Amino acid sequence: MSGLRVLVGCKRVIDYAVKIRVRPDSLGVVTDGVKHSMNPFDENAIEEAVRMKQKKVVKEIVVASCGPSQSQETIRTALAMGADRGIHVEVPAGTDANLQPLAVAKIFSKLVEKEKPDLVILGKQAIDDDANQTTQLLAGMLDWPQGTMASVVNASDGSLTITREIDGGLEDISVSLPAVISADLRLNEPRYATLPNIMKAKKKKIEKMTPDKLGVDITPRLKILNVVDPPVRQAGDKVPDVTTLVEKLKEKGHL
Amino acid sequence: MIPVRQCLKLAPLCCQIRHGSRMFPQLKRGSFNRITDEDVNLFAGIVGQNGIKTEELDHYNTDWLNTVSGFTELVVSPKSVEEVAAVLRHCNGRRLAVVPQGGNTGLVGGSNPVFDEIVLSLERLNNISHIDPYAGIVECEAGVILQNLSDKVGEHGYTVPLDLGARGSCFIGGNLATHAGGLRVVRYGQLRGSVLGMRVVLPDGQILDGRSNMRKDNTGYDIKQLFIGSEGTLGVITDVSLLLPQTPVSVNMALFGCDSFDDVIKCYRLSRQCLGEIVSACEFMDSLCMTSVNDILGLASPLEDSHPFYYLVETSGMNMDHDMEKLETCIEKVFESGCATDGVMATSKDQARHMMSLRENIAPALKAVGFNYKYDVSLPIQHMYSLVEKIRNKMRKTEGAFSVGYGHLGDNNLHLNIITPQYCTQALSLIEPFVYEEVSRLKGSISAEHGMGLKKANYLRYSKDPSMIAMMRSLKDVFDPNGIMNPYKLLPWND
Repeated sequence: MSGLRVLVGCKRVIDYAVKIRVRPDSLGVVTDGVKHSMNPFDENAIEEAVRMKQKKVVKEIVVASCGPSQSQETIRTALAMGADRGIHVEVPAGTDANLQPLAVAKIFSKLVEKEKPDLVILGKQAIDDDANQTTQLLAGMLDWPQGTMASVVNASDGSLTITREIDGGLEDISVSLPAVISADLRLNEPRYATLPNIMKAKKKKIEKMTPDKLGVDITPRLKILNVVDPPVRQAGDKVPDVTTLVEKLKEKGHL
Repeated sequence: MIPVRQCLKLAPLCCQIRHGSRMFPQLKRGSFNRITDEDVNLFAGIVGQNGIKTEELDHYNTDWLNTVSGFTELVVSPKSVEEVAAVLRHCNGRRLAVVPQGGNTGLVGGSNPVFDEIVLSLERLNNISHIDPYAGIVECEAGVILQNLSDKVGEHGYTVPLDLGARGSCFIGGNLATHAGGLRVVRYGQLRGSVLGMRVVLPDGQILDGRSNMRKDNTGYDIKQLFIGSEGTLGVITDVSLLLPQTPVSVNMALFGCDSFDDVIKCYRLSRQCLGEIVSACEFMDSLCMTSVNDILGLASPLEDSHPFYYLVETSGMNMDHDMEKLETCIEKVFESGCATDGVMATSKDQARHMMSLRENIAPALKAVGFNYKYDVSLPIQHMYSLVEKIRNKMRKTEGAFSVGYGHLGDNNLHLNIITPQYCTQALSLIEPFVYEEVSRLKGSISAEHGMGLKKANYLRYSKDPSMIAMMRSLKDVFDPNGIMNPYKLLPWND
C-alpha cells in the first residue's frame, strides 16, 4: 500500500502551559496577548502523518486549520514538521471562540469532498473546549469508519489496525480505508520543527478559504452561559491519630 | 566506551564527602570560643525554641554538591532583623564564629561551616513586604526563595532580573551575598545594578539601614555595594529592594548545532546582530554535556543528530510578531553563513522549557556521575573552549575522567567541569593550579559568578592585585574586627 493522501486537522489554542484567566464578563477566558500554540493532540496527529510518509505509506499530507489569521502560524508549524501543503479556513478574529465541533466537522466534510483524502487524522480533543466530538461527527457525516483515541496505528493493504485507549484498557480494531482517526497523546512523540524545515516551510503553499465559500453555515448551536474558576481549594485538617480521624469523618457525615 | 558511562562504572555508589577541613589539612580552627548550653539557651530566648536546631544538621553542614561538610552543632533561625542583630551581638561578644546560610546551593563551599561555626539560617526571614506595581519595585526579606519571589512579582506582570537553575531552593539574600549571575545577565545586567536598597546587620549587631526605593540616589558612598558579593564575610543581609523588569509577553527559544567552537562564536555574533535588544539568554554546551543529560536524566535532545557544540539563544519581547520577524532573519543568516548545521525552534512553552532544561540540568547530571571539580571562569571569548581542550589533554591518562565545557556565552563565562569517579588528590594536582594559572595568564577571572567561598579563597591572587587584596583585608577588619563572620572564606588564609 502506498501513495495515500492524508488530511490532518490542527487547531490554534492557548498554550497548555499558560495560566488561564477568566474574562471579566465570565463568558470566556482572556486570549489577548496570551501565548498560543498548536493543540498538543494535533501535534500527535501531524507527527503520525509524517511518520507514515517517512514509511512511504503516505504520499501527501495536507494540513487544514479553521481559525483567525494567526492560525497560519499553526499551519506553518505543521508544514515545518513535514506536511506538504496547507489550507486555512479563515473565520473573523473574535468569532473563533464560537466555532464549535459541528461547524468544524461540516467544514472538514467539505474539504474531504474537495481534496479526496484516503485518511483523515485529527487530534482527539482540543485543550480549550475538551469536546472530543469533531472526529466522530465527521465520520458520521462522511459515513466513514472511525478509530478514535488511537495510541497505535498500523497500515496494511487498504486498512488500518488501531489500538484505542478506552476506559477498560486497550481495544484493537481494524478499519477499512477511507477512515477518520483521532490521535491520543501516547500515539507518538512529536518532533521539534527544525530550523532548516521552518525555512523550507515558508515556500510551501497555504490555500485560503472561508466557510462561506465552502457553503458551510457555522452559526453556533450551543450558547456559553457562564465561565467561572473552579472553587478555591480549602485547607485541610491535620489530625494527630486514627481515632480523631474517624471521629472527624463521622462528624462530617462521611462515615 | 563513552566517557560518561565509563566514569559511572568506576564511581562508588556514594560520592565521597570531603570535610572542609580535610580538603585543606593545613587549615586550623581559628581561636573562637565553643558553644555552651548557656549560649544555646540565650539564643532560644531570642529566636524561640522553634528557631533552634541541635539535631539532624547534615543538611546545613553539607553543601549541595556533597563535596564539603562541617561540624556545626547549632543552627539558629531568627525571624526578624532585630533577632538577627541580637544573635550576632551575642556571638560577637562571646567570640563565636557564625556562617550565614541561605538556600545552601552555593558551589564553592562558602555556605557551610568548616569546623563548629554556628549556622545562622535566614529561612524564617521570608516575607515579601511590598510590591509597587507602578515603579516595578519589590521589597522583601533575605530568606525569600527566588522561585517564590518570581511567582509573586509575576502576579503583577514583573519578573526578577535574575534566573538560575537553583531557583527552587536559593534565597534572594544568598543571591545577593554571592552576587549570583545566572542566565539573564546578558539581558538585565549584573544583579548589583538592580539593587535599590538593602538592610544589613553587622557582626557586632549594629543594624545598617540602607533601605531605599529610589532609582537614582547619589548621596555619599554606596556602602550596600560592598555587601553584595561579600559572601557573608562582612555582615548579614536581611532586607532588599529590587528593581524589576516587565515580564516578557513573547518568549522564544532556538537551539543550534555547530561543528566547532569558532562556529559557535560566529553564530553568537550573528544572533546578537539580528536579535539585538530582545536577546535574553545566550548559552553554549559541548557534546559531552548533551550526552550526560540524555543518559543520566533521560532528557532527549531535540536535534536528530549529535553535534560537537550546541548554542542556545532565548529571546524575550513584548510583541510576538516583531520577535518572530527578527528570529526568522537570524535563522536565515545563520544557515546562509553555515555556522550551524542544524537547529530547532520551540513552538510551544513546553518545548522552550525542555530546551532550557537541557542546559540547566547539566550540573545535576554531572553531579550524579562522580566527583565534580568545577571551575567557573571569565575568559576572552575566543579562548573559552581552548581551556577545556587543554585540561582534557592533561587528564587523558586519568582513568574514568572526562572534561566538559558549557556556560554563559553572552557573558564570556565558561563552566569547566572535570569529572572523576571519585575525589583524588592526584587528579586535583593535575588541574590546580594549572587552571588558575591559565586564566590569570589570559587576564580572566578565576570565579566569574560562583564566588570564592572556601574552595577558591587561597587563589584570590590569580585575579586580584596584592594592593586590592590588602584593601579587602582592611575593610574586613573595619566591619568584623573579631573575625567571626564566615571565617576561612573569600579572603586567602594561606597563600
